[in-house]
Amino acid sequence: MSLTAFAPTSPRRKRTDRLMRGVLLTGTIVALIPLVLVIYYLLHKGLSSWSSSFFTTDPNGNFFGNPGGVRSAIVGTIEIVALASAIAIPIGVGVALYLTEYGKDSRFAGIVRYFVDVMTGVPSIVFGLFIYITLVVAKVGGAFTGWKGAIAISLLMLPIVVRSSEVVLLLVPASLREAALALGAPRWRVVTRVVLPTALPGLITGSLLSIARGMGETAPLLFTTAGAFALTGNLGAQMNALPIQIFNDITSPRDIVVSRAWGAALTLVTLVLILNLVARAIARRSRVA
Amino acid sequence: MEAASVPGGERALLARSPLARLPDRLLKYGLSVLAALILALIVFFFIRLVGEARPAFAKTGVLGFAFDNNWTPSAEHFGALPLVLGTLITAALALVIGVPVAVAAAIYATELCPRRLRAPLTILVELLAAVPSVVYGLWGIFFLAPKLQGSEQWVADRLSFVPFIGGGLVTIPNYFITGLVLAIMILPIVSAISREVMSTVPLDQKEAALGLGATRWEMIRIAVIPYCRSGIVGGAMLGLGRAIGETIAVTILIGDAPQLGSHLFGQGYSLAAVIANEFGEAASTPIHSSALFAAGLVLFVLTLIVNIFARRFITRGQRGQRGTGGTGITVAAAPAGSET
Repeated sequence: MSLTAFAPTSPRRKRTDRLMRGVLLTGTIVALIPLVLVIYYLLHKGLSSWSSSFFTTDPNGNFFGNPGGVRSAIVGTIEIVALASAIAIPIGVGVALYLTEYGKDSRFAGIVRYFVDVMTGVPSIVFGLFIYITLVVAKVGGAFTGWKGAIAISLLMLPIVVRSSEVVLLLVPASLREAALALGAPRWRVVTRVVLPTALPGLITGSLLSIARGMGETAPLLFTTAGAFALTGNLGAQMNALPIQIFNDITSPRDIVVSRAWGAALTLVTLVLILNLVARAIARRSRVA
Repeated sequence: MEAASVPGGERALLARSPLARLPDRLLKYGLSVLAALILALIVFFFIRLVGEARPAFAKTGVLGFAFDNNWTPSAEHFGALPLVLGTLITAALALVIGVPVAVAAAIYATELCPRRLRAPLTILVELLAAVPSVVYGLWGIFFLAPKLQGSEQWVADRLSFVPFIGGGLVTIPNYFITGLVLAIMILPIVSAISREVMSTVPLDQKEAALGLGATRWEMIRIAVIPYCRSGIVGGAMLGLGRAIGETIAVTILIGDAPQLGSHLFGQGYSLAAVIANEFGEAASTPIHSSALFAAGLVLFVLTLIVNIFARRFITRGQRGQRGTGGTGITVAAAPAGSET
C-alpha cells in the first residue's frame, strides 16, 4: 500500500483553509490596531504637554493664561490608591486564605466565592453610588473626602485580590502543608510560615494588578472625592486625582487644557503600565504560579 | 499498646493545650468573619440603594420608570427607556464588533501562530486592558470620532433606506462610536477567556482530527470550536456585563439626548452616563437624585443578571471538560490579570 491510497486534500478545502487562516490573522491584526493608535496618540499629544512645570505645579482653574500642571492629581492618585490598597489587599488575601485553608468546599465558602464573583461584575459606578449613599449623603466626616474615594476603589479592588490570591494559594503544593503539619506545626504557623511565603510572589502580582486597575478608575471617585485643585495630604478633604483631572479637562473649550488632559492621560497610562510590567516580572520569577 | 500505658506522652503528641490552640481559632474565625462581612456589606449596600431609589419608583411606578421614553430632569420627568436602550444598543454593538475579533485573535494565538510569537501576542492584547476607561474616552472623542465622522456619514447616506441606521446627520458623540470604543475595551477580557478555554482542548482530539486528514481550519472547526462553545459564550457575556457597566468612556462618547436617538449615528444616553453627568446638579433635587439611584439600581440588576448567566455558561463548559482532565478555568482571575 502506498501513501497515494489517501485521497489528496481537495483544492477547495485547501482554499478554505488558506482563506480562514487569513481571516483569523486579519482578526488578530485588527485587535492590535487600537493599541497602536492609542499609544501613538498618547505619546504624540501627551509628550508635547509634558514639561517641568507640568509635574511641579497644581491646576489653578483660571480661565485665561497658564492652566497649571497636574502635581496635585498625581499625588492625590497615589494617596487614594495607597489607602485603597491598604484596605483591599489585607482583606482580600485574608478572604482568599479563608477560602483555601479553612472554607475549602464548604457551603459557606461556596457562597462567599459566588458573592466575590458577583462583586467582580458590579460596575465601578455602582460602587461609587454605594459609598455616595452611605457615606457622602450621610456626611460621615465631611461630604466629599479622599478616604471615601479610597473605600470605593478598595471595594472594586477586593474581588480581584481575592480571586487572584485564591488561585495562587491553591497552587501551593499540598505536600508542603502536610509536611509542616506532620512536623507538628499548628495550622496558623503553617499558614504564616509556609503557605504565605511560598505564595508571596503570586500574591504580589495579583495585588499589583488590582492596584493598576484601581488607579485608572474615574467613576467611583466622581461621587466620593469630587476633585479639587490644590495639593493636599489630607485624606479627609476633597482631593484631585489623575482620572478626575482628565475627565474634567476633556470638556474644556481651551486647547491648552485639553492638551493637559493628554499629558495627564500619558502619565496615568505610564503608571499603570509600570505596575503591570513589574507584576509580570514578579510572576515570571516566582516558583508558584 | 505500650503507648496507651503512657497517656500523658500520647496527649502531648496528639493534642495541644487549649491555650496553644487559641491563635489557630483566632485565625480561623477571624477569617470567616471577614468573609461574612463582605457578604453583609453587599447586601447592606443593595438594600440602601433600593431604599434611596424608592421615591422615584413611587412617582412613576417601576414599569413607568423603565418604559417611558423621556428623561427631562428640568421638568421632573424621569423615564429611563432612552437610557436602558442606549445602554443595550451600545453594549450589543460592542459584542457584535468585539467578540468576533477577540475570538479570532484567541484562535490565532492558540492554534496558528508560531510558538515564539504566542506570548508577545497575548501580552499585547492584554495591554489593551491596561488603558483606563477615561483615556479611551479622551482618545475616542478627540481622535477616533472626528476621524471616522466622514465614513460614518457615507455609510449613513448609503443605508438611508434602513430604519435606525441610515438617513440622519452624523454627530461626533453617537451610539456607534460608543459601541466601537466599548468593543475595544471588552476585547481583552473576551479574548483572555476564549484563550483559556481553548488551551483546555485535549491534544488527542486535535491530533485525531489532523490524523484523519483535516486541514488546520477544519481541525479548529471540528475539534476546537465545539469544545469551547459555552466557554466562549460565557466570555462574551462577561464582556457584555463589562460593556453595560462601563461609565466614563460612554459618558464622554455618547452625548446626552433626553429621548431615544433617532438613528445609530446620532446622540444618545445611557444608564451609567446619566448618573455620572447629572449627579452634581441632582444633589439639590431629591427626586432627581432618587431617579439617578433608580437608574443605578436598574444598571446593577442588569449587570447582575448578565454576569450570573455568564458564570453559568462558563461553569457548564468546565463541567464538560472535567472528565477529560480540563484545568479549572479561573473565571475571575483571567479578567483580573487583564482588566483595568
